[in-house]
Amino acid sequence: MALLEIRDLAKRFGGVVATDGVSLELGRGEIHALIGPNGAGKTTLVHQLSGALRPDRGRIVFDGADVTSMPFHERVRIGLARSYQITSIFRKFTVLENMLLPVQARSGSSLSFWRPRDAEQALFDEARRVLASVGLARRDDTLAGNLAHGEQRQLEVGLALATNARLLLLDEPMAGMGPDESERMIGLIARLKGALSVLLVEHDMDAVFRLADRISVLVNGRVIASGPPAEIRANQEVKRAYLGEELSA
Amino acid sequence: MSWILILEQTLNGLQFGLMLFLLAAGLTLVFGIMDMINLAHGSLYMVGAYLMAACVQATGSFVWGLVLAVAGTALIGMALEVALLRRLYQRDHLTQVLATFALILIANELVRLVFGSQPVLLNTPAALSGPVDLLPGLSYSSYRLLIIAVGMAVAVLLYVLVAKTRTGMLVRAGASNREMATAMGVNIRTLFTIVFGVGAALCAIAGAMLGPILAVQVGMGENILILAFVVIVIGGIGSIRGALVGSLLVGIVDTIGRTLLPVLFREFLPPAYASNLGPAVASILIYVLMAAVLFWKPQGLFPARG
Amino acid sequence: MPTRALTIATLAAALVFPLVAAPLGWEYYLGFASRIMIYAIAASSLNLILGYGGMVSFGHAAFLGAGAYAVGILMAEGVASAWIAWPVAIVLAALFALVIGAISLRTRGVYFIMITLAFAQMMYYVFISMKEYGGDDGLNLPTRSVVGLGLDLKSDATFYYLALASLVATLYGLNRLVHARFGRVIEAIRENETRMEAVGFSTYRYKLVCFVIAGAVCGFAGALLANQGNFVSPRLLDWAQSGSLMIMVILGGIGHLYGGAIGAVVLLALEEVLSSYTIYWQLPVGMILLAIVLFAPQGLAGAFARTRRS
Repeated sequence: MALLEIRDLAKRFGGVVATDGVSLELGRGEIHALIGPNGAGKTTLVHQLSGALRPDRGRIVFDGADVTSMPFHERVRIGLARSYQITSIFRKFTVLENMLLPVQARSGSSLSFWRPRDAEQALFDEARRVLASVGLARRDDTLAGNLAHGEQRQLEVGLALATNARLLLLDEPMAGMGPDESERMIGLIARLKGALSVLLVEHDMDAVFRLADRISVLVNGRVIASGPPAEIRANQEVKRAYLGEELSA
Repeated sequence: MSWILILEQTLNGLQFGLMLFLLAAGLTLVFGIMDMINLAHGSLYMVGAYLMAACVQATGSFVWGLVLAVAGTALIGMALEVALLRRLYQRDHLTQVLATFALILIANELVRLVFGSQPVLLNTPAALSGPVDLLPGLSYSSYRLLIIAVGMAVAVLLYVLVAKTRTGMLVRAGASNREMATAMGVNIRTLFTIVFGVGAALCAIAGAMLGPILAVQVGMGENILILAFVVIVIGGIGSIRGALVGSLLVGIVDTIGRTLLPVLFREFLPPAYASNLGPAVASILIYVLMAAVLFWKPQGLFPARG
Repeated sequence: MPTRALTIATLAAALVFPLVAAPLGWEYYLGFASRIMIYAIAASSLNLILGYGGMVSFGHAAFLGAGAYAVGILMAEGVASAWIAWPVAIVLAALFALVIGAISLRTRGVYFIMITLAFAQMMYYVFISMKEYGGDDGLNLPTRSVVGLGLDLKSDATFYYLALASLVATLYGLNRLVHARFGRVIEAIRENETRMEAVGFSTYRYKLVCFVIAGAVCGFAGALLANQGNFVSPRLLDWAQSGSLMIMVILGGIGHLYGGAIGAVVLLALEEVLSSYTIYWQLPVGMILLAIVLFAPQGLAGAFARTRRS
């Protein structure tokens, strides 16, 4: 059974149709890329999947459970987490303090008013582990706001990873990154393959074709093509609608 | 419980609602456009009332008093904006709350210094101190009718200004997207000062006109300010239309509630409860209304910002 | 945060104060100091939701009033025992906070500020309308709450020590709470609420619990306040009172442990001193507040922390 099933999802804002009957399936351990021109509705789709927006129509089924109306934070608890296109971290906290939060969220209740949090070694160990997996182990003491842009994006993904998600919705993780930083991020995501599933929204075609097991193309809120990278690369309609310039090389 | 009484109270509610609208309109514009919470708005209302009392004394004319009071308050408002308030636009809401709260303290004490602690007398103009027969059996204060007329005129004027003129369009553009408006060459700083001045003028009209009916005293601004907040929350921040609907709703519900509820309670409850409960429920009625609106529409009835 | 030495010195001075007050003829200041400490408790409870939680509640005085009136009304009905009245005060304030918080916390930004203000105003009118409990004039308490255990609260010195113990307990509890899991979550919600949702926290739930805790503590302060002055008035729920509490928090240092306490001391002492010079003392207070807000938003504790670091 697919890990994520999107069935005929639709969303409009006033006169604008952002999502126009999208149906998609994501398997376990799969990296599925979602590409499309600006304004195609990719982020809106991610908002609906994560729970920030309520769809007008359709169903979202995650691991057999209908999560269409499930609140944002509850989806995270059952394994559906996201990262943001515009970096959303805790700038005034250190990198380690940032990472402690998702770890704390999934290790029991935080309605604990007496015992100092910093005494819980297990939380710190786990946070350090995730930091290492995203390559930020040596920056744990730095204020998140002082990190380089690329490092902030790594933390961005790391926060989602630390929730122990089974499906990660990554919204343009490589946004604003130079070639070296992108390479690091590609490596990071590649290492996730098999361990969990990823829905990767990206503009960076190099990354998309290197990482994705399958690609779906979103144009004007509708999926115009979906399949393995080679198939998408050869698809004429996709070329016309979107890829054209990017793949001319 | 006669229909005449209900009609009279409805007119009172309309009158109060329209004056409330004058405050709420300025407040919601400042919120909506400058994203600033301004507690000192009530102080401008108070200043308007005091200036009115002083100017009427000085000139002996109601009309001149009104003109001078409105102009004076508008100037004070704009001076305040330029000297102080514009530093607050970029700050967080807590800072704005505390800074404008400090202004209330300062304004109250300054007024007390100049005019004393006792309420100042402001009389209705002699020409309008008599009642008018609206319907057989319904005789209504002509001054209150004037207030209603002024209120409606200002509402129409505001609507024309905001919806039909170029300045109004700039104001609305500034409200929905400040950066874009700046990028298009609108002089935001001047626009803000003007908006603030207009808001202050509206407060002054309300303060000056309500002066003869309510007491002109230190601290008069605070009570009506909270009502204006309730209006804006109900109507939706940034929306003049919301402010109008909200003010009329609050004005009428409040006025009729205070008349009707004690009577209703006396009908259905033992007198021991009715004499307490009636007025109590009447005074919290609009807050209950506010909570109810928020439950259904957390952004108010006509939120201006998307 | 002040050094340990400073903290211990202050505590020692506070402990010794009643003993030197009588011989120095400072009995009046015993009551005044008690009031300061009670307001310190109330301001600290506001600091929890405002400073640590980032929730700009402009209606905190409602909980002060709830606690005070619980004690006052019970006493008017013949119940003078502190063991009944004070828990009732705390629970009543907590209930108010639960209802007000449940509705208000569904909103954000300026809406939240105005709604909390409106609710406090609503409670103000409710209490004013209670004619049999004083109405607008307020309610006199014939005695202070009866504690038993050989302690007579009528003695200002005994009451002072009770207030001091309560303040110490409050600050200690606040310190633990802030460093516990709950406190970390609350601070993080203040920093970035959306992300906290995105990592799996129900932010509404945590904010509501925080709101209720702060309300309960403030209710306790209200109970003490009613005792201190032997008087309860609807003025306690006035928005000027809420504003006063906020001034204390920002003056003392928002989000700092001793912020509420320092602010209470400074503001009340300032008012006391200024009002002996002029009846228009609110004018300099307003100007000082304006200056602090514009130029020293971190308050006194913040400025102290900065100078220590440099």
